[in-house]
Amino acid sequence: MFHYTIRRLLLAIPTLLVISLIIFLLLDLAPSDPTANLPLTIPPEVRERIRESLGFNEPVHIRFLLWLKQFFVNEPLNVIESWLGLEQGDRLRVLSWQTRSPVVDLIVQRLPQTLWVVGMSYVVGVLIALPIGIYSAYRQYSWFDQIGTLVSMIGFSVPTFFTGVLAIVVFSVWLGWFPSIYDTTHKVTDWESFLFQVRQMVMPVCVLALYNAAQISRFMRASALDNLNQDYVRTARAKGVRERSVVLIHVLRNSLIPVVTVIALGVPQIFGGAIITEQIFKVNGLGQLLIIAIQGGDVPTVQTLTFIFAALIVFFNLIADVLYGLLDPRIRYD
Amino acid sequence: MRKSTCLLGALAVLASAPAALADRGSDGHVNIIYWQAPSTMNPYLSGGTKDLEAASLVLEPLARYNEAGDMVPWLAESIPTVENGGVSEDLTTITWKLKEGLLWADGTPVTSEDIIFSWKYCTDPAGGCAQSEKYNDVTSIEALDDRTVKVTFGVAKPFPYGPFVGAQSPILQAAQFADCLGAKAPECTDANFGPIGTGPFRVTDFRPNDVISLEANPNYRDASKPAFATATLKGGGDAMAAGRSVLETGEFDYAWNLQLAPDVIANMAAAGKGETVSAFGTLVERIEVNLTDPDPALGAERSTAKHPHPFLTEKAVRQALSMAIDRELLVEIGYGSAGRPTCNVLPAPEIYKSTANDACLVQDIEGAKKLLDEAGWTVGSDGVREKDGKRLSILYQTSTNAVRQDFQALIKQWWSEIGVETELRNIDASVFFGGDPASPDTFQKLYADLEMFANNFDGTDPESYMANWECKQAPRPETQWQGNNMPRYCSEEYDALVAEMAKTGALEERAKLAKAMNDMLMQEYVLIPLVDRGRVSAKSNTLGGVVLNVWDSELWNVADWYRVK
Repeated sequence: MFHYTIRRLLLAIPTLLVISLIIFLLLDLAPSDPTANLPLTIPPEVRERIRESLGFNEPVHIRFLLWLKQFFVNEPLNVIESWLGLEQGDRLRVLSWQTRSPVVDLIVQRLPQTLWVVGMSYVVGVLIALPIGIYSAYRQYSWFDQIGTLVSMIGFSVPTFFTGVLAIVVFSVWLGWFPSIYDTTHKVTDWESFLFQVRQMVMPVCVLALYNAAQISRFMRASALDNLNQDYVRTARAKGVRERSVVLIHVLRNSLIPVVTVIALGVPQIFGGAIITEQIFKVNGLGQLLIIAIQGGDVPTVQTLTFIFAALIVFFNLIADVLYGLLDPRIRYD
Repeated sequence: MRKSTCLLGALAVLASAPAALADRGSDGHVNIIYWQAPSTMNPYLSGGTKDLEAASLVLEPLARYNEAGDMVPWLAESIPTVENGGVSEDLTTITWKLKEGLLWADGTPVTSEDIIFSWKYCTDPAGGCAQSEKYNDVTSIEALDDRTVKVTFGVAKPFPYGPFVGAQSPILQAAQFADCLGAKAPECTDANFGPIGTGPFRVTDFRPNDVISLEANPNYRDASKPAFATATLKGGGDAMAAGRSVLETGEFDYAWNLQLAPDVIANMAAAGKGETVSAFGTLVERIEVNLTDPDPALGAERSTAKHPHPFLTEKAVRQALSMAIDRELLVEIGYGSAGRPTCNVLPAPEIYKSTANDACLVQDIEGAKKLLDEAGWTVGSDGVREKDGKRLSILYQTSTNAVRQDFQALIKQWWSEIGVETELRNIDASVFFGGDPASPDTFQKLYADLEMFANNFDGTDPESYMANWECKQAPRPETQWQGNNMPRYCSEEYDALVAEMAKTGALEERAKLAKAMNDMLMQEYVLIPLVDRGRVSAKSNTLGGVVLNVWDSELWNVADWYRVK
């Protein structure tokens, strides 16, 4: 197992380098111009000078190598120095073209919002999905299963830009229960501010959780159904094991194996943010950062963010594989 | 009767009292929402309107434009003119004097050095300053004393109010930005995100592309202002959500630039929590006609002056296209109270507005048909007009945008009624306006017969705007396809008017010349103006003192805003 993990980690390095090159070339081929969104009153000579000052006109390979150096050498060195409390060297960091500030700082600033809202929705989604999935499977074709299927179909097929706006219209405009705009500067200091934080998180978390729960509960149900018909379940029942233990210990444990990997594979999506949901509720996390950067032709930000997402996906794929091996002793990689 | 008069009187007192009596910071907190999130507080590093306006809360110029488009002294004592001796007789120098006792938010005095520094900062060739055009032709700026600077231009400047006027060219603090010149500019993140200014607010927390927290500037020159102790400028989302947060839920006090369908805004306003404010500037949605041949067979020479357009060079055709359009209906469908039909490409300020072309306000399909008949264009078997083997079939392009696509569909219908076949095309805005010379889809290249977009100019002086249609401004391979003369219009007479305006100082004369240029373009139908587009913003019923200004930042008078109690 250990060797396998090491091998996979080593293999990830060339994979990620190729991914970063592909992302870079795709961005380069896509028509985009960092000055495109400026007012037309700014003349072309000035635009040209802006592009020049951003390094937009350098050849592709120079820009790629520069990005590699900034991201893989300069940024880690900065982090190490700040950990050790050393004076930060004068290195060029990956600078966003829109804000002219270091992309990594932007990401660090955005991460809490995304983790809180999108991460919480994932947790809530999983917590809802598992019991629903297992009970639906246990009582297959009962009214509970039918309703569960209906709800998860709705959650899966109705897009968040619809459910999100619907929630705002109902709960913010009509009822006035929750704020429609998320306050990213809000700090939790006491009970009252905590309640406010909960109130402003309710809508985005619920909208996303519905979507996540829909997916995972279907997986859980299918996996549990597979196990319920297995011989070992019949054996357990024949031995006189209580029904409760049969379902919650034998079936649940075994049917969780594939679900856990599905859940692990979904974690990178949390970091990717939920672009649409963040836009709708103005959560302004990583998803919104990415979409604004795309709209503004801010290549360094898009490149850095997509690369980090790619790295997370590669990493969580590995975690899912390792977890699978740990949970299921029948599987051995070596 | 008496009761209602009393009530009205009481209301009037209530409404005016806070403005007169308020102390600094007595009205608490104000929430502003911009659906485009500001990326930086340094307007010199970003030309985006959202960034300029956010920065205008903190940074101020020597003079601003007010809501009528008139210049008002801001940090300067008065507006220098030839009459008061501030502008030299030969129009090559202008002398500005700062108000007395001005302080930066950190308590240090504002001096002429700061003004000179702002010029140096923006004109450093390695800095990529987005506003460097404001400093065109400035050869030197010298400090006459601590509060006075003399700006010298290399040429006679009939309109010397480019530098340090308007939200585009404010004064930076020399001490704060001293190490940020040229290539170093983007590395000064702290300064760019939290500039020290003279404005009513100062930044306490700046989160790029998200939210700005501000507090009242303790050293603001008027001790009783601003009425708000703190302010939040939230960014992100879309215009619809921004409008909703002011008009329907009342969470925010002011929402900027609501580009929404008229009925959507009306529905929101019905909730009664706020109201919309609108004003008109110089933004005109227009169709520009390509006078050169965009035929792909011409290769690199397509859409260049070497190959005149097969039929759009004929004035009757262009005129007929314009006559067939119902501008009233376009406004009703696309803009509502945020638009009005126009027949001029230069619709404002008032002194520049021509009335010579108003005939276009009325749609005239029959007249357009007659005009084409007389020009010898006969309707063919498929309903499309033909002459000498040429068909009136055109490609009409614009950027991707719901209102523009509605306009395209309507106009296509009207043109089909007069026997013109139209193919529609829309291109993503970032490509269309991107100006990448390698892309075939930019609005400068105009590889189509007609294109529609909106344009305007900064401030109130149309000189450089009207110079857009000089011969030499035509985009072509030699200019890397840059330039603003999309129709490739070329007239010696027009160029002569441009040259004359460049050396005329008297305002009435300048107005006459600008009008003449506008009329020439209109009567030649190289531009087909459609809609004079205004600005619509929304304010909460509890926010007072808002004066919408399209000539400068919308937040220009934020120091005067107050809470209606």
